[in-house]
Parts: sequence; C-alpha cells; structure tokens
Amino acid sequence: MSEVKKHLTQSEKINLAGSKAKGQRPYFLQDKQTEQALSVAMTLAMELSVVKERLSSLECMLVDKGVIEKGELDQYQPSKEEVAKRSLETQAYLARVLRIMQQDKEELERDDPDMQTVQDELTKW
Amino acid sequence: MSSNALPSWDVLTKHGVFPSGNHDEVARLNFLTHLNVHLSSQILPGVKTAYDKQVKPAIIAQTGQEPTSRHEVRMHMLNNGYFQVWSALRRNTMEMRHQAARSQVLGQIEGIVENVDKACVDDVNLQLDNSISIPPNVGSVDIHCQPGCYYQEYFENDVTVAASYDLGLFVTTAGLLGALSDGGGQGIANWLKTQHPEFAPKRILDIGCTVGHNAVPLAEHFPHAEVIAVDVARPSLRYAHARAKSLGVHNIQFVQANAEDLRQFDDGSFDLITTSMFLHELSHQSLPKILKTIHRLLADGGLNLHLEQPQYAGMDVYQQFIRDWDTYFNNEPYWGPMHELDLPKVFAECGFDPNDLFDVGVVSKVDEKIFGKPKTDGEDYGRSPVWNALGLWKGQHAKMRENAA
Repeated sequence: MSEVKKHLTQSEKINLAGSKAKGQRPYFLQDKQTEQALSVAMTLAMELSVVKERLSSLECMLVDKGVIEKGELDQYQPSKEEVAKRSLETQAYLARVLRIMQQDKEELERDDPDMQTVQDELTKW
Repeated sequence: MSSNALPSWDVLTKHGVFPSGNHDEVARLNFLTHLNVHLSSQILPGVKTAYDKQVKPAIIAQTGQEPTSRHEVRMHMLNNGYFQVWSALRRNTMEMRHQAARSQVLGQIEGIVENVDKACVDDVNLQLDNSISIPPNVGSVDIHCQPGCYYQEYFENDVTVAASYDLGLFVTTAGLLGALSDGGGQGIANWLKTQHPEFAPKRILDIGCTVGHNAVPLAEHFPHAEVIAVDVARPSLRYAHARAKSLGVHNIQFVQANAEDLRQFDDGSFDLITTSMFLHELSHQSLPKILKTIHRLLADGGLNLHLEQPQYAGMDVYQQFIRDWDTYFNNEPYWGPMHELDLPKVFAECGFDPNDLFDVGVVSKVDEKIFGKPKTDGEDYGRSPVWNALGLWKGQHAKMRENAA
C-alpha cells in the first residue's frame, strides 16, 4: 500500500471532486453517448444559472452602492457601436457552439475522402 | 416572493467545521436543490402516467395479466423513454451534487482538517480503533453514489467525505431536515418528548452515526444521558466529534466500532438504541448480527427505534418499483432486499418478542423560522419530514405501553 499523502495538489483536488462512485454506472438512454451529452448539457445549465445569479448579485451591489438605479440595467440602451460589437460577438459565439454542424455541412459540400481510402491511395504510389 | 420559494443553502447553521460556500458555490447547490425538487415534483409524476398509459397495458397485452412484481415492472419500464430520461436526469443530478459538494470541500479542506484536529486532540469523547475494517456491506459499492463513501481518506486525517456529505444533505432534502440536517434525530427526540415524556434514558446508543447529525439532538434532549455513537468510518467519526463539540454538545462519545460486535459494552447497559436510515445499508448476514447485539445491549424496558422507510409488503407493484429505484440505480443494493424482509420474523430470530414491534410516524422537527411550515401530509420517497419508525420496548409490557401512548 502506498504511503499516506500529507496534502493534495490543486489538480488532484480537481480530479477528486469529480471522482466516480464505486459500482457500475447504469445508463438509461438507448445510446450511452447521448446520455453523456445530456449530462454535459445539465452541467452547462447549472453553470449558466450560476452566472445569472452572479450577474443579479452584481446588479444588486451596484444599486446598493448607488452606481446605478434599480431597473436601470433593464432600460440600458447600448450605443450603435456597442450593438455592432455585440452582434459580431454573438455570431462568433454561435459559430463556436454549433461548430460541429458547420463542419458537417462543409464535409457534405466537399465530399471529403475517408482516411482508409486516402491511405490506400497513398500506398499505391 | 412566492411562498413556493425554496430556502437557500446559505441559511444552514454554520457549525464549527461546516464548509463555507462562496457566491458561486452556493448558487450551484441552490440550482441542484431546485433541480431535485423539479425532478420529483414536476417530472416524476409523468413516470406514473407512462406506467399507467403505456407500460402496464403493454405488460397486460403481452402476459395476459397485471404485473406481479416490482422486478417485472422495472424490466419493462427500462424500455420506456420517459422513464429513461427521468432516470438519466436523476442519476446525473446525484452525481452533480457530489461533484459540487466535493469541489467546495476540497477547496478549503486544509482549514476544516485543522479545526477537526484541534477538536480531536486528547479528547476521550473520540475513540478510534485502527483494527476496525470496512465491512462488505459498506465497501462493495459507494453508498448512494457518494464517491469514497463515508470512510475514504485522500490524505492524512482527511475528512472530505464527511464534510461533503454534511453539506450535500440539503440538496436532496431541500432543507426539510432543518438547519443542521438533523431532522431524523429531532424527530425521535420530538416523539419521545410528546409521547413518552417520562422516559429518561441514562445511556443511549446510536448505531451507524456517520456525521453524528442524528445523535446530537438526542444528546441535547437528554443532557444527563451518556450517548455512545458508533460507526466504522474514521473520517466521519472525527468530523462528527468536532461537529458536536462545536455545537456545545459534550455528552457523546464517538466510537469506531462495527455494531455486529460491541463486546466492549455490557449486557443490558443501554436504555435507548437508535438507528437512522441505517437498516437498508446492511446485508442479510449483518442485519441479524446487529439486531442480536441490540438485543443483548438493550436494558429490560428499554427502547429500540429505527428510522427507516416502510416495508414493501402491502404496497402495489408500482409503488414498490419506484421506491426500489435506489436499489439498482443509486448504489443502494440492500435497499430492496431489506424492504421485503419479514422483519418481525428477523427480530424474533434475534431474541426479541415480535409482538413488541410497532410502527410509528415520526415527524421531523423543521426549523420553521428559516424554512416556513413543513409539509406533513405525506411521504415523498424519503424526502419528506415524516419518517417511518420501527421500534419496540423490550419486555412484556412493551406493546401495552405503546398502545397506551
């Protein structure tokens, strides 16, 4: 048996937080990978909720400190430049999130070869 | 604010070794609490509808009769899409709870361990025994998907598993267990106070105490009693001891021991012996051994009380099936086998008079100042503050005594 650790490193802590419980994990959906995607989505839903709450806290603090009025954030009108900047940011964000569909479309359009075919071709030469 | 608003994790009582939570950690736990409540109140009822409208008719069409066992129901439900998604979400939510709690605890574990260490130095109320091994019923899988169960230590004197269990209880109970998550122990104390005010045990034994959350209310209710709380898990006992001490409770001795063998205690030396949600964590071999120990240790006229979900006998097969979910899908392998036992027969085989056994609903005392009025009108698969208790007063007048009460 290995010696008892005196302390944990930061990366050990990150890994330990997500440790798996001993005992086979049941999967319920017909496709295991779909269930794994659901799990990722639920974690993202949690993190989004956390960010929303943090923003809400920030807004409360700004109101409390007299920086903004209550409700002022909802009435905020971004400048024309800010609107344009946000639009580009949103487009880039969506492109990141839906990258897999963009790439699938490109492959369909291009009729990409598979690796085995390419390998077979390359070894002929 | 709507009266349906749930309390925040942040209102829990911060005892001396309780993990703190920063803004985002609290938000995470609150999200998971809401998700649990949403799953049980909004999505779970659809599982029954799927059973009634889709699965049960299919079983009848296939076999010519209604399903006869929870296992038959489960085999068919596993192919039902609605049940699959609810189960996937429920399992995943449990795993998220553990990751959130462990991440929060690990981020401050050095400080927690330092406080636990300080409380434990040369204190006779903590009696550890390195010779105690983890029994198969505790070690074969990590109970309710809690990584490391109650006993694993990741570094010297670590208490991560105990602290994360303590802080995470709120997430699956949405505060119904009170500000110290001690509703079980409060329920027993409350019941004794109202139904048996004359009962004044001198010695109390709490078996499978984990973080001591149910032993503390008993020790507070009987301040002159000597309370012994036993468990096999070293980190849980160390944490439990520091927790109780920080709450100003000094009449509990936390003892590392396997309740199958408590030879260090004399026959008839306890007036009250309790367990809370413990019987379903045992095995067909350990349960009778522990009951025999209880029979030996309990004084004549003493009370033995087990907080536990009701037995399956007499329930319809859907009820049995849905209560049995944890057996297969939440690492509670003995939950089902225990709940179908003929308990009076098992108690009789362990020396008790089965006629002494009684069932009673114990109402968890909820901190109404913080959580508002608790719902007491039914059960919610273990999430409700009304807990089923199985008990007996040892001796010939026991049954009469409970009937009178």
